[in-house]
Amino acid sequence: MSLDIAETQSQPKQLQLLKVLGPAHIWALGVGIVLVGEFMGWNFAVGKGGALGALIACWVIGLLYTCVAMIDSEITSTVAAAGGQYTQAKHMIGPLMAFNVGLYLVLAYTMLEAGDVQVAGQLIQIGAQNFGYTIPWQPFTVLCLMALAFINYRGVFMTLTVNFVITAAAFASIIILLIGTQPWNPGAVLLHKELLTGLPYGWIGVLASLHFGIWYYLGIEGTCQAAEEVRSPGRALPMGTMLGIITLLIAAALTWYICCGLLPWEYLGWDNELAPLYDAARMLGSPFFTVLLFVGTLLSAIASANGCINDASRAWFSMARDLYLPIWFGAVHPRYRTPFRSIVFLIPIAAITFSILSGLLNYTFMPINMFKFRSMWPVGSIKRGFEHPFHPLPSIVLFTLCAVTFFAVYLGYGRQLLAMMAFYIVASCWFAFHRYRYVKRGDQFTMPWPRPVGY
Amino acid sequence: MWDVLTWAAWVISAVLLLWMLWDFMSVNLKFGDDVLLSSREGVDDLFGDGGHAVETKGN
Repeated sequence: MSLDIAETQSQPKQLQLLKVLGPAHIWALGVGIVLVGEFMGWNFAVGKGGALGALIACWVIGLLYTCVAMIDSEITSTVAAAGGQYTQAKHMIGPLMAFNVGLYLVLAYTMLEAGDVQVAGQLIQIGAQNFGYTIPWQPFTVLCLMALAFINYRGVFMTLTVNFVITAAAFASIIILLIGTQPWNPGAVLLHKELLTGLPYGWIGVLASLHFGIWYYLGIEGTCQAAEEVRSPGRALPMGTMLGIITLLIAAALTWYICCGLLPWEYLGWDNELAPLYDAARMLGSPFFTVLLFVGTLLSAIASANGCINDASRAWFSMARDLYLPIWFGAVHPRYRTPFRSIVFLIPIAAITFSILSGLLNYTFMPINMFKFRSMWPVGSIKRGFEHPFHPLPSIVLFTLCAVTFFAVYLGYGRQLLAMMAFYIVASCWFAFHRYRYVKRGDQFTMPWPRPVGY
Repeated sequence: MWDVLTWAAWVISAVLLLWMLWDFMSVNLKFGDDVLLSSREGVDDLFGDGGHAVETKGN
């Protein structure tokens, strides 16, 4: 599609990102980033609070993310621009908040991407070891990163179409594994009665497990980054995002059900193989399920990295376009209509824990943003793509759950939490005292809305 | 076979990176920043061509 446009428009006067995406692409972007969390990561919640603690975390954090999806659907379908929550913050709260939210997004996605491609390389190494060969993981990690950067560079339509296929395949592998465990015949394969042993660390363990419960859903808010590239924001964004969170709620529940019925919590909570669904499949003793879940785990890691490259580059591009960063990064490729300088620049290395914390800061901003949005532009004053029900209940629930989860993070990662806060304070000072002088303040507000109430 | 795959992974990665860098350089040389940086955050399909737009702009 991008090639046709290039041929018919060899001397473009104004370049915009292509509007070619539909609801399936939005679903693929959101679920694709997250689904790797069902294949690995969530199981550390079992180590904190036991199997039942992880189930409670699955429900509580599921409620948190349902609120995130509802709020995002309304605001993003109305503020339909690249940058997602960054652009929302710019319109609703102000430049300093927008700068920080933009950093949360870029850091969360680039670091998750780095973790994903490393996992993909290590999985291939494990696969080779199963055949009796010892190979390095680095070439396959680099290949994964380069191949994904390449398709992102070449166009968003192909990028998210690929993501749709591999995400659907990874999700299907969980469903097929469920069928293989004969859930209609309790006790034959799944041993919940024997393996569920209450709360080993009591309710404080349940509270601590909320930290890693985030892995079940981390990244669904990434659907917002495609807002400028969907054909119909009012339809595609709410539909893709809400279907995405429904898919993830189902996938999270099935993952917990399968793994906790096949593996004891003492093993799941400290799984050295890092892939509990794959380990659960090996318990069935069938080469078919072992290979299936190996492939499913690999595809989920690739889909997540792919979505992260897409989202991080849009957030970086959007900040540069507003001069929050050097404008050089705000360029659009004349042929592929992608933010190509941002894509090439962000081929990164980092750590995953920072990703969770940056995501959590972003979710804490969202209820404040929602309150401001509804009070500055009440329902009826502007045309919205989607209006979420029960306002302000989702915002209050989201804010409360974020506060509880911050406490849970503090229990296990207090120093990292304080270090991250120090980083954002330093970055805020840099923006406020240096970078803000370059920002074109009059160009910040781009939506065709009337003046907000009270201004 | 795995040795071949390992080398193939390095070679394909290098080819992809070199292609991106080549295209990156050629686009930057062929087009000026007035074209490449012309993207604007703006009105979307939800509002048509400005729709009920901007009588006054906030902030």
